[in-house]
Amino acid sequence: MGRYSAFSLLRGAFNGQSHWQPAWRDPEPKKTYDIIVIGGGGHGLATAYYLATVHGLRNVAVLEKGYIGGGNTGRNTTLVRSNYRLKPLHDFFEFGLKMWEHLSDELNYNVMFSPRGAMFLGHSDSDMIRLAERGDAMRCSGIDAELLTRDQVAKIEPLLDMSRDARFPIVGGLTQRRGGTARHDAVAWGYARGADRQGVDIIQKCQVTGFIRQGDAVIGVETTRGPIGAGRVGICVAGHSGHVAAMAGLKLPIESQTLQALVTEGVKPMVQSVVMSQSLHCYISQSDKGGIVMGGDPDNWPSYAQRGNPMITEGAIAQAIALIPALSRLRMLRTWSGVTDMSFDGSPIIGKTPVPNLFLNGGWCYGGFKGTPASGYTFAHTLAEGEPHPLNAPFDLDRFRRGDTIDENGVGPMPNHR
Amino acid sequence: MMLIPCPHCGPRAQAEFVYERTLDSVVALDAGADDAMNSLFTRTNPRGVDEELWRHTYGCRAWMAVRRHRVTHEIESVQPVGPEALP
Ligand SMILES: Cc1cc2nc3c(=O)[nH]c(=O)nc-3n(C[C@H](O)[C@H](O)[C@H](O)COP(=O)(O)OP(=O)(O)OC[C@H]3O[C@@H](n4cnc5c(N)ncnc54)[C@H](O)[C@@H]3O)c2cc1C
Ligand SMILES: [Zn+2]
Repeated sequence: MGRYSAFSLLRGAFNGQSHWQPAWRDPEPKKTYDIIVIGGGGHGLATAYYLATVHGLRNVAVLEKGYIGGGNTGRNTTLVRSNYRLKPLHDFFEFGLKMWEHLSDELNYNVMFSPRGAMFLGHSDSDMIRLAERGDAMRCSGIDAELLTRDQVAKIEPLLDMSRDARFPIVGGLTQRRGGTARHDAVAWGYARGADRQGVDIIQKCQVTGFIRQGDAVIGVETTRGPIGAGRVGICVAGHSGHVAAMAGLKLPIESQTLQALVTEGVKPMVQSVVMSQSLHCYISQSDKGGIVMGGDPDNWPSYAQRGNPMITEGAIAQAIALIPALSRLRMLRTWSGVTDMSFDGSPIIGKTPVPNLFLNGGWCYGGFKGTPASGYTFAHTLAEGEPHPLNAPFDLDRFRRGDTIDENGVGPMPNHR
Repeated sequence: MMLIPCPHCGPRAQAEFVYERTLDSVVALDAGADDAMNSLFTRTNPRGVDEELWRHTYGCRAWMAVRRHRVTHEIESVQPVGPEALP
């Protein structure tokens, strides 16, 4: 498979574009691999890509029960930002944001990263104090953050209801101008193609059904396509971490919950940036095709069903319309949902497990898409070295036992209560 | 949305209820540090039936133990809970 370029496109013009090849192979599983990554979402594929490109490990497989990118990677609302308040979080996501900025070049695949700005709205003085604190914390770590006045917010998003009797008055905002959106499917496909070119086997329709153990240690996996040996195994299965880890006898600080989103019919540009409100529970952006993409709260109770509760979407829509009344004129095209791993401090878990050779990358809650490059990079380091990268060291599984949780939202052990 | 049969009020829309936590995650008052940590932070999180505590927030406000399937959302049983039912 050659590189994509203007020249290869032009060349195709003379042969009816018939020279294009599948972007990755469809190999049979080998008997054994140095490293097996379970889960062909963005995180699993990025992990395999960096195992190959950064650590020179080529005898690597990604096992996916369905088709790659068919999980949360293909279901999220594509927001990318690094505007977290706590240092371990904003350092991690900022490392990732810098990777997003040149990801299309690195992968030779257009992930359509679009830094259109990620803006939190402030609806009260206390909101503005919280936003200013968050912005300060970010600026102290060298990350861009800009506190906005009411007029500045109105200039960025002219369709916001800025009237004095607005349902949710807007008094200001905090924006990260380098934040924005990216094409989620392209991220999975770009990493898959990149990893495949390095010799990584991407094996679809191959569900992991158990672990092969020698003493305590994991030495392979049972799959629907037979047993496969492995030096090390990384779990990268988003909403399914709980029951995959249970196959190795582990109980995780994670509960699976449904998260929904929706999109309207396509319209001309009307929402310029990513508009979020943390006092309300909704966020709004416009896709490159013109649809207005919206999301809200998770369903707030454990569920593995990939369908959500209409009450939740209704709530998010009501808030979005109160913020931007013009949205009421749009038709909803579709809603969908994904199963997310709600970790018990709202932060991801990336690192070793108590089981030798078994590593975990999960607990991304509703925010893991933006973390895809940094997650893959640091998890690949952890799998290759057997030790965490400094950026994912704070996100180890043991932090709950140490009382060292990374609790941005102050939810304690009840992520489902807000 | 689910229809939850409250043992006190009868079948009511799920919108009236709040999920609290799993039944096994209630921390015993005399629990040691490790047990308290496990109850607070770890879950079996099965892709099947689990025992959960729900509260009829916008009804009788009572807590109840619900056996519920987490894929189909089928409710097997709802039991009232009181101090004697808690560990
Ligand atoms: C509606 C919604 C909106 C979201 N919005 C955002 C957002 O705007 N910004 C953001 O940063 N994040 C967002 N997220 C979160 C984000 O999508 C996820 O955190 C992220 O995509 C997780 O990536 P992943 O690669 O770990 O998971 P996935 O893409 O879900 O990949 C996991 C894969 O593992 C496979 N798998 C599971 N079990 C097995 C098994 N036993 N054997 C083999 N394979 C298995 C699954 O089939 C799946 O393909 C959103 C999530 C949802 C659901
Ligand atoms: Zn009741």
